[in-house]
Amino acid sequence: MSAQHGNSTKIYVFKVFERIWHWSQAALIIFLLLTGFEVHGAFSNFGFKAAVRYHVIAAWTLVGLWVFAIFWHLTTGEWRQYIPTLKKVDAMFKYYLTGIFTNAPHPFRATTLKKHNPLQRLAYLGVMLFIGPLIWFSGWFYIFYGNWKDWGWDKYLSLEWVAFFHTAGAFMMLVFLIAHLYLTTAGHTPTSHIKAMITGWEEVDAEE
Amino acid sequence: MKHKTMLMGMLAVVAWAAPWGARASDAPTPKAQPSSVEQRAARTTADHGKFVALQKDFKTGPEVTKACLSCHTEAAKQIHKTKHWTWEWVNPDNGQKLGKKNVINNFCTSTQSNEAFCSSCHIGYGWKDKNFDFASEENVDCLVCHDTTGDYKKLPGLAGHPAYQQMEFPAKSGKLVPAVDLQDVAQKVGATNRSTCGACHFLGGGGDAVKHGDLDTSLKNPKRYLDVHMDAGGLNFSCGTCHATKGHNIPGSRYTPVGKDAGARHMRGKVDDSNPTTCQSCHDQKPHRNDSILTAKLNEHTDKIACQTCHIPQYARGGKPTKMLWDWSTAGKLKDGKPYKVLDSAGHESYASIKGNFVYESDVVPDYQWINGKVKYTLLGDAVNTNGITEINHYYGSADDGQSRIWPVKVFRGKQPYDLESKSLLVPHTAVAYGQKDDTAFWQNFKWEAALQAGAEASGQPFGGKFDFVETTMTWPITHMVAPKEDALTCTQCHSKSGRLQGVKGIYMPGRDANRWLDMIGWLAALGTLVGVLGHGALRIYMARKAG
Repeated sequence: MSAQHGNSTKIYVFKVFERIWHWSQAALIIFLLLTGFEVHGAFSNFGFKAAVRYHVIAAWTLVGLWVFAIFWHLTTGEWRQYIPTLKKVDAMFKYYLTGIFTNAPHPFRATTLKKHNPLQRLAYLGVMLFIGPLIWFSGWFYIFYGNWKDWGWDKYLSLEWVAFFHTAGAFMMLVFLIAHLYLTTAGHTPTSHIKAMITGWEEVDAEE
Repeated sequence: MKHKTMLMGMLAVVAWAAPWGARASDAPTPKAQPSSVEQRAARTTADHGKFVALQKDFKTGPEVTKACLSCHTEAAKQIHKTKHWTWEWVNPDNGQKLGKKNVINNFCTSTQSNEAFCSSCHIGYGWKDKNFDFASEENVDCLVCHDTTGDYKKLPGLAGHPAYQQMEFPAKSGKLVPAVDLQDVAQKVGATNRSTCGACHFLGGGGDAVKHGDLDTSLKNPKRYLDVHMDAGGLNFSCGTCHATKGHNIPGSRYTPVGKDAGARHMRGKVDDSNPTTCQSCHDQKPHRNDSILTAKLNEHTDKIACQTCHIPQYARGGKPTKMLWDWSTAGKLKDGKPYKVLDSAGHESYASIKGNFVYESDVVPDYQWINGKVKYTLLGDAVNTNGITEINHYYGSADDGQSRIWPVKVFRGKQPYDLESKSLLVPHTAVAYGQKDDTAFWQNFKWEAALQAGAEASGQPFGGKFDFVETTMTWPITHMVAPKEDALTCTQCHSKSGRLQGVKGIYMPGRDANRWLDMIGWLAALGTLVGVLGHGALRIYMARKAG
């Protein structure tokens, strides 16, 4: 699917489920960062009690969302979008370091079949295979602290280290979030990525 | 001179006896639930007023006891085995001989040489010196615990006896204490209640609320906010509801506290020798309703936190301030040759010639520490710490021993005499028996040398005559005055950088603790990323403008 318009063209990149998944996940992750860092003692907003409660509720909601997302990716074959490639990674770096300032053409052209540029693929894969599991597993250990003894886990775990890894994951997610938010403006136009994530249609450079 | 000494001694007794002299004028409270005393009275099969043995014009306490024992044949034998009687108890953990007979605290310091006075809180008659007969059955005082009239009062200085005749008390004070009607008291005996236990335990340390901090006369008729269990308009517990006796032996003691009761709640009919005074003996290990994320989270605290830590937000909450500091070193100052008192702005003593300087506080936020139940005392003959603070008692505990929970405690600070040669704490002879002259008693002659000499002789301690004052602390686990759940601590009161458990080591507390390196690197990374993308963006805007 594509629609020609001047020197740019629009293609349909993000399906309805993906967009719902993305935005609800974005809201949950930001909320989890807020409540999580409050529990960590970084600032005071909801109060410790409410922050803990909201954090746990949001965490389980995100888990639920992920169950759907994993199912969707597997059944639609969309998981292939995240297969890493090093092809054109250097071009991406070069673009972000120089080309972007001189209005050079974007080295990657999104299509319905390849919606992520090579850097995105690597970054999202990193989020899903490293930061995600780090937060999930440390978070589950955290949530089930009260059961450690019954399950015999108390011999191997200490809250201090569970909290360490959970917080470390949170910082990585925060760094990702900041970079991600900025890179949304690095499309064909500053808003084309954001519009795509809302409408599904991405504005890209017209084919020569 | 003689006259002056008498006067001073008399004043001293006035100071001491004030709480005993005051008659309780407790306003009746509407009762939602009959007290345990009333419940027991309602189902008892015996009316002591009809007992032939009690139809007698009793002249003395021991005569009443003989009458009691004519039916309750084993009662005195049971009493003889208890700390309430022996004032002595050997700690099986370390062999230390404790009990009021042996311990030196930093309040009135010691019962030794002051028996005639201190024994107004002994459940016996006639303990005036070390020759007291602990094997005597008739010297057991049944009435002091089982009186229900409120008329039976043991007066300090009478070696454990009440006033058998109308007497001027304190001596030469002009105040008259009526003779106790022993027959009436004996015929109305019943179960112990908050007032009988409180007659000593609320007034420990020489006055209302002085010693414990969580026990004072406000608990005679407490409202719900003060004690959710004793609430006179609600559950109306007596002390004995939790301190449930077996053969007159009363469980629950600071000498053998249960740091961590990991057992199940006590089941009726099941033999269970564990301490029935712990919260867990009724409330079990998961006392909070397990119906939401939050209440489940609360139950996860019970492995490390004693119930008291959250549910007793302050002590001395009943309007009676408790003593926090007692400096004996300033005692003995006289004005025009007479002892005097200075009151603080709230009207409480901040100085008394007979005792020194004090500090009182209300609604005190406790200190917190790990407690596993093991205790060590600094006893007579043990060296004090002359370079710092000497702990009168030390409660052991840690995060790792599996036996501890974090408890609220009152830390009472004192300054008291010790022997410069032996480095041992000293026993001052302070009190004077009723109507007697005693030139060695500190409260009569205000001379430390004589008082310490007499105390040393009575306690069998060598004393070379050289002494100084040493700073001491005494730790009191806080366990009474349990607030209703809506007044329990909130999460943030501990889970914050400067919360209540700030000084408690060995645990990771979200909100309090964080890995400093991780935090530093994490925030720097986030900040660096932010600065990086902002710079990148700014450069893009600049280049775009330049390109026109």
